[in-house]
Amino acid sequence: MAKTRIQLPKSLTGIQGLDDITGGGLPTGRPTLVCGSAGCGKTLLAMEFLVRGATQYNEPGVFMSFEETAQELSQNIASLGFDLNELVKQKKIVVDYVYVERSEIEESGEYDLEGLFIRLGHAIDTIHAKRVVLDTIETLFSGFSNTLILRAELNRLFRWLKDKGVTAIITGERGDDTLTRQGLEEYVSDCVIFLDQRVNDQITTRRLRVVKYRGSIHGTNEYPYLITENGISLLPITSLMLDQIVSTERVSTGIPELDKMMGGQGYYRGSSVLISGTAGSGKSSISAHYVNAACQRGERVLYFAFEESQSQIVRNMRSIGIDLEQWVNKGNLRFHATRPTLYGTELHLSNLYEEINIFKPTSVIIDPVTTFLSVADEKGAKSMFLRLVDILKSDQITALFSSLTAGGAVLEATEVGISSLIDTWLLLRDIEGNGERNRALYLIKSRGMAHSNQVREFRLTDHGAELVNVYVGPKGVLTGSARHVQEEQDKAARLVQRQEIAFKQNELERKRQATEAQIAALQAELKAEQDRVEMAISQARTRDALQAEERGSMASSRQTD
Amino acid sequence: MKTKQSLSPETGPPEEKSAKAVQYELRLYVAGQTPKSLTAFANLKKICEEHLAGRYQIEIIDLLKDPQLASGDQILAIPTLVKKLPEPIRKIIGDLSNMERVLVGLDLHKK
Repeated sequence: MAKTRIQLPKSLTGIQGLDDITGGGLPTGRPTLVCGSAGCGKTLLAMEFLVRGATQYNEPGVFMSFEETAQELSQNIASLGFDLNELVKQKKIVVDYVYVERSEIEESGEYDLEGLFIRLGHAIDTIHAKRVVLDTIETLFSGFSNTLILRAELNRLFRWLKDKGVTAIITGERGDDTLTRQGLEEYVSDCVIFLDQRVNDQITTRRLRVVKYRGSIHGTNEYPYLITENGISLLPITSLMLDQIVSTERVSTGIPELDKMMGGQGYYRGSSVLISGTAGSGKSSISAHYVNAACQRGERVLYFAFEESQSQIVRNMRSIGIDLEQWVNKGNLRFHATRPTLYGTELHLSNLYEEINIFKPTSVIIDPVTTFLSVADEKGAKSMFLRLVDILKSDQITALFSSLTAGGAVLEATEVGISSLIDTWLLLRDIEGNGERNRALYLIKSRGMAHSNQVREFRLTDHGAELVNVYVGPKGVLTGSARHVQEEQDKAARLVQRQEIAFKQNELERKRQATEAQIAALQAELKAEQDRVEMAISQARTRDALQAEERGSMASSRQTD
Repeated sequence: MKTKQSLSPETGPPEEKSAKAVQYELRLYVAGQTPKSLTAFANLKKICEEHLAGRYQIEIIDLLKDPQLASGDQILAIPTLVKKLPEPIRKIIGDLSNMERVLVGLDLHKK
């Protein structure tokens, strides 16, 4: 027997993120309960489900509204870019407004809700609907006094919906202790989605949670969602596994010396870079260099600024010789400047996500990430950052986060312990001394590459950032003018040394010459001696010969033998 | 049982006895010939004969045959009696077994 697992059939909602956490949408042919407090977007979620079903998945739908008229609905939805009237005209959607007014109704004896079934059945049949929304069926409880009948009929309704095979969303208002005021969760037990709206520090965040999903695995966390111009947008980030594909491609930092510190090639593409430092230490400038380099390569960069406006950044970077405006004009660079306190962190994150999805950059700058995270508490900030890094990594986006370290804080114990999530960490540090502050750059870590352990002095000039070797001597690390002074002293010392060497060389030469002269004199002396000895020897030999000759002649004259 | 959706003027004896007597226009919504519908119709007939003899019209609408008519009068419950005239429009749901409530619904109670 083949062990193929039968997956529960699911219908895509088309709602960004929701299909991810439900593993493919809502259960096909079954009702799903969407509950939550007022104003959290139940109707919108349901409507988006219908509209996207009708437009993207060719599944017509019936919207049975118990609260808003068709006209009100279409007006509300139009602000999100859906043309409900047009869809109604094309017979892709039927909107049926059910009006229940207790004061106009007298109850006399037994009844049932067959009329509701007939209306719904008729609407479904006329357009062959596959999707149905009942929003909010609980209104019936205020219209009819006999709750026994009502509950029996609701039970029948949900079974009937299943029999019809339509994928339905039932909305329900949140109750005090229960998910819905009238306990609808008792009837709709296949899939329950809970929408929540919380206000923390005057900032509202909306979250969605799949409470249950019978016969299917699903993300169980609370996921923040946004109501944007394009409908509901969900961030299913915390469910991500660490399975991003990493690139071995390297991208230049825009500062040649910094590239050199990273094995001559720069950052990895898709890596996360943290640039931390105190105020005014040049974090933005390093980012700007990278932006410039990336744009020159023809890539797209999205710059999220939380402290400065676009024009301010452009002006400031011009002062170090970087023209960012040209890239903005060419469309390679886009700024997104907002005040962090404007929304909650989740909303920021969602906005970020939206922007990234629209612009599709290869690199993202977040300047500074600390301000961005400051609106959340520490725990929230870390998970937020984690999700942010995850989004960027999964899209292979190189990210530069600048991070402001408060003066006096321990420099390397950065903000909310985010450093462990970072691939490359540049620390900019002010070195004080000698009546001045100078910047020093350290490469604290850089995963997966050989990198320099050297402290460099970081200078901002009108033609860009420069990294200079610092003076490391017995007096410690010297930067700025102290380094200058020390270098001058070194130069002087080297001059003296050179002169001494020359002097010594001359002396040696002289000595050599003197020695050579002595050698010559001695050799001359030796030669004279040799001449004298040789002369004596030859004189002696001559004398011997003469004596022998003399003896011979004398003997012959005596005639002796 | 005649539950035709067409106008079935169950008008009582000859023309209006009194000119000022108000004409009642009633509509009974049913879904097929269920016991509840039949009871409702019988009860309605009885009440009308007793209280509105000669000045009422009953139209019976079977939603199984004309489902599209349900939304016009905002019908949910079956059976539903709608008093179209005289104004204001009122709805009475159920099999009309509680005579008191029906009379309240038809604004006939005080008389």
